[in-house]
Amino acid sequence: MFTTNYKDIKGKLIAVEGLDGSGKSTQIYLVKRWLELQGIKVFFTEWNSSLLVKNATRKGKKRQLLTPTTFSLIHCTDFADRWERQVLPLLRAGYIVLADRYIYTAFARDSTRGCDRQWLRNLYRFAMPPTLTLFFKVPLETALSRILDNRPELKYFEAGMDLGLSTDPYESFRKFQTMINNEYLKMVKEFNFTVVDATQPIHVQQAKVRELIMTQIDLPSYRSRTRK
Amino acid sequence: MNNKRFLGTGLPGVDISKLTGKLVVIEGADGSGRSTQIELLKNWLERQGHATVDVGLVRSTLVSEELAKAKEGNILGHQTMSLFYATDYADQLENTIIPALRSGFIVLADRYIYTLMARDVVRGIDRNWVESLYGIAIVPDAVFYLKVNPQILIERAFMKDQTLDYWESGMDIGLSQNMFDSFVKYQNLMQKEFMRMSDKYGFRIINGNRSPRVISQDLERQFQSILEG
Repeated sequence: MFTTNYKDIKGKLIAVEGLDGSGKSTQIYLVKRWLELQGIKVFFTEWNSSLLVKNATRKGKKRQLLTPTTFSLIHCTDFADRWERQVLPLLRAGYIVLADRYIYTAFARDSTRGCDRQWLRNLYRFAMPPTLTLFFKVPLETALSRILDNRPELKYFEAGMDLGLSTDPYESFRKFQTMINNEYLKMVKEFNFTVVDATQPIHVQQAKVRELIMTQIDLPSYRSRTRK
Repeated sequence: MNNKRFLGTGLPGVDISKLTGKLVVIEGADGSGRSTQIELLKNWLERQGHATVDVGLVRSTLVSEELAKAKEGNILGHQTMSLFYATDYADQLENTIIPALRSGFIVLADRYIYTLMARDVVRGIDRNWVESLYGIAIVPDAVFYLKVNPQILIERAFMKDQTLDYWESGMDIGLSQNMFDSFVKYQNLMQKEFMRMSDKYGFRIINGNRSPRVISQDLERQFQSILEG
């Protein structure tokens, strides 16, 4: 159950982390295209996307039934389902797995909600540390305006309304994101994040990201041997 | 007197010193007589004027339906199942157990985290990981473990349903293709794990091979000291 010996795993895991509005999803999408077009075996996975537990998560969120602990556990269940059924088997099969948000998202959000940091780190101990964790660092104000300028419909948990920071969703979102950003910054060293300056133009960031990947991973050895 | 404590790191935002009720757990396999004993205890307590609340596994509003569905299909991995059960427990802990204890109720738990922990460990999940996971749990005032010989469990299962339960037979872990053998092996593994936990968590081991009446007298006698304590 706990694959502590990751040396046997041929596949590689690349994770992107950062605030909403940091542009990380765009960057990982471009990485995916770049790898695919070279015929490399690549799989993309998103946070909070397992079908099986989606139903429970939706119900919990809609009825605002979730406490910090159940919120954390239900997301971890979702992650475990993807981990056991998709990510780990694909890594074993020699895929490059790209994760749009990984366990650090849980560490940042859940500890902001009051969950114990050590408890959280143990909870996700079954997950393999990525070969490369790219943290898209952006000034808080930039990230906030990228999201809030469009005046989106902010969802209850997305805005961190459950923390009771403010009764105004936009104000709550600001405060919540500030706290999450602080958690991320504290994790840069702890988990050896590679920091990417997310204020740069998209193609400049992408060039940097591709270079980082090439220095860490011998890409040609991940080419698919079967033609599509 | 109040001596509640968390098993580990605890829950955010819960003042444990305010929990004045009692939490009493009955553990044991299916067919060990748990629900019969809980019913008898409930009557005995209410006759004396104590308010009680029942909890058990897979009863949360949050995930119990989804868990039941997942069990039917048998498509989830062990790690995922483990976390699903933990979510169910946490939901009941925060929404039922803690409010009841805060109001001074006696909470009777038909199984608790120990069954979940034993199931995980028997399935190869790391013991330390499981213990840390359940660091959120409130330590009960007493845990009664109804220990019943697996042969007797089988007799009772057949008397009740004429069939063995897939999960209670541990068929998901491939101990044997034969359900009967698997049941015996699985129940022995579970019992071994319970005995291993017994010292650590201070279980009160109850000989469940006896008649329900004799067992309930035993439980009531022991319960009396918990009420006075």
